[in-house]
Amino acid sequence: MRIAVCVKQIPKEHERIVFDPESLRVRRDGKLIMDDSDAYGVELALRLVGEAGEGEVIVVSMAPHDEETGLRHALAMGAARAVLVSDDALGGSDALRTATVLAAVVARIKPDIVIAGTESTDGYTGTMPIQLSELLGWPSLAFSSSLDLVAGELRARREADDGVFELSCPLPAIATVTSGSVEPRYPSLRGIMEARRKPIETLRLSDLALNAAEFEADGASEEVRSIVPAQQRAAGEVIVDDGTAEVRVLSLLSEWKAI
Amino acid sequence: MTALPKYGCFRCFPNGRRSEMNMGSIWVVAEQHRGQPLPIAFELLGAARDLTDNVRAITFGQGATAAAKLLGEHGARSIVELGDLAPGLPAPRVAAALAEMVAEERPEAVFFGTTFDGREIAARLSARLRRPLLANVIGLELTVDGPVAHHGLNGGEELATTRFINARPGIYLLRPKCFAPRDRESPSTATVAHREPPEAGATDAVRVVAHQEVVQHGPTLDAAEIVVTGGRGFGSVEKFAQVEQLAELLKGATGATRAAVDAGWAPYSAQVGQTGKIVKPNVYIACGVSGATQHLVGMKDSSHIIAINKDPEAAIFSVSDLGIVADVNALLPRLIRALEARR
Repeated sequence: MRIAVCVKQIPKEHERIVFDPESLRVRRDGKLIMDDSDAYGVELALRLVGEAGEGEVIVVSMAPHDEETGLRHALAMGAARAVLVSDDALGGSDALRTATVLAAVVARIKPDIVIAGTESTDGYTGTMPIQLSELLGWPSLAFSSSLDLVAGELRARREADDGVFELSCPLPAIATVTSGSVEPRYPSLRGIMEARRKPIETLRLSDLALNAAEFEADGASEEVRSIVPAQQRAAGEVIVDDGTAEVRVLSLLSEWKAI
Repeated sequence: MTALPKYGCFRCFPNGRRSEMNMGSIWVVAEQHRGQPLPIAFELLGAARDLTDNVRAITFGQGATAAAKLLGEHGARSIVELGDLAPGLPAPRVAAALAEMVAEERPEAVFFGTTFDGREIAARLSARLRRPLLANVIGLELTVDGPVAHHGLNGGEELATTRFINARPGIYLLRPKCFAPRDRESPSTATVAHREPPEAGATDAVRVVAHQEVVQHGPTLDAAEIVVTGGRGFGSVEKFAQVEQLAELLKGATGATRAAVDAGWAPYSAQVGQTGKIVKPNVYIACGVSGATQHLVGMKDSSHIIAINKDPEAAIFSVSDLGIVADVNALLPRLIRALEARR
């Protein structure tokens, strides 16, 4: 059982995304860390391989400047090795470009399952894994809150608006997992030490026989034209609860015709 | 508090006259449930009709025929229904059908709602056509350079404007509750056609093994007039139950922050924020919510906001009509008792 987990390395200060004023791209020149929402995928992959009794978890990522801090974190959690694609031609890549690159990585390492987060914390487009699934021609189990192997098929639980679904599909397959699906393990001290010696294969586009100019049909692309401050809502009154704040809440709810 | 301007289709011409420019057709992927289009389907039609009269709706699933009639009464000039698509999940075959249709007719744009299926179909179409997509669109505008899209950044503090280059059709994923639906026009003259989607191969190999319908107590998050949301401040799943209790008393819906969902206190489907649902109820009550930008983007356009947090510096107070510095576990029991006493 070989499982690839897609890991995004995002700016450490991702609570506030900073844009380069010239290119209007997200600045990724500072320290990058593993997106928290990818820890769930790493955890589920480690459990699936553990239950299968054989196999390995491979972390795959695309990041600028050979950045590997986030990969070391996943390796410290227990992944066996990592594959990183880093190439100047990939700056400012969108979800489709990322999926195109990762599809080539998947074709190279031939996993049985690919796991990714539902959406990244910084970009939150939420389409990359499905674009990857379509490019590979694999079925996908999106928005999974649990993953199990049952009779050689991948089985997922999806909590949707219209109920809870149990879905199943044959391998190879892609799954996206929601945050909070499992409790990700913290890397142990030993895990952190071992991670330093685990292999990270760094690839350029030429290693994958890819040409960034051919990723989209007809040279299609999107551009950011401007980023401007948006109109903000004004703050209202702040009171300290003196033991009767519920009276104030009730009076407002009544004023707003909510009760 | 002054009313905020709603995001929506910013028209270039304030008098309502559209651009003289020749805007091609817009297709709307309109999801429906048992014959009733989802609210987002009507919002997509409204957004499309603000840009052009030439709007087609594509719908699918059990009840698609009944839904088609309603889509025609809400702005679609023509409707294509793709049948019920059983036994698999709809996205792979809908995307395959759209790819075929796009090759035949080349619309200017295809609009999707940011839903489980909408996002998946848009992503598959993007990969099939090898054309990029623009996600999290909260506004659209027709300019002399063609259509541009607006997106909120950093919890809505900044507004980005984007556009496609050589990407016809542009694939747009629109956020719910950002675009106004049109009034119903009945009867409609819209045409309805059935189209059999092609097979989608291995991507269509997912099967539903079991489906347990969740019994909905009270309104859904999308439709509720009152939303009560709980965050990390509760400390445990038992105490988080007070959020549900308060929501029920107010005949509202229960929401959760990402922290509360991550902690396992509430399902992902209850998550309000950038990586969850956008809600705009009459009243939003945030309990034990710090107000991370990723949460604010999902609720700050509510008509009225009350926030309860023990940290007087909590960011949530910056968007609240009333902020109450209090421990939720002390105030909520009193609030619940006070509401019960009114009955």
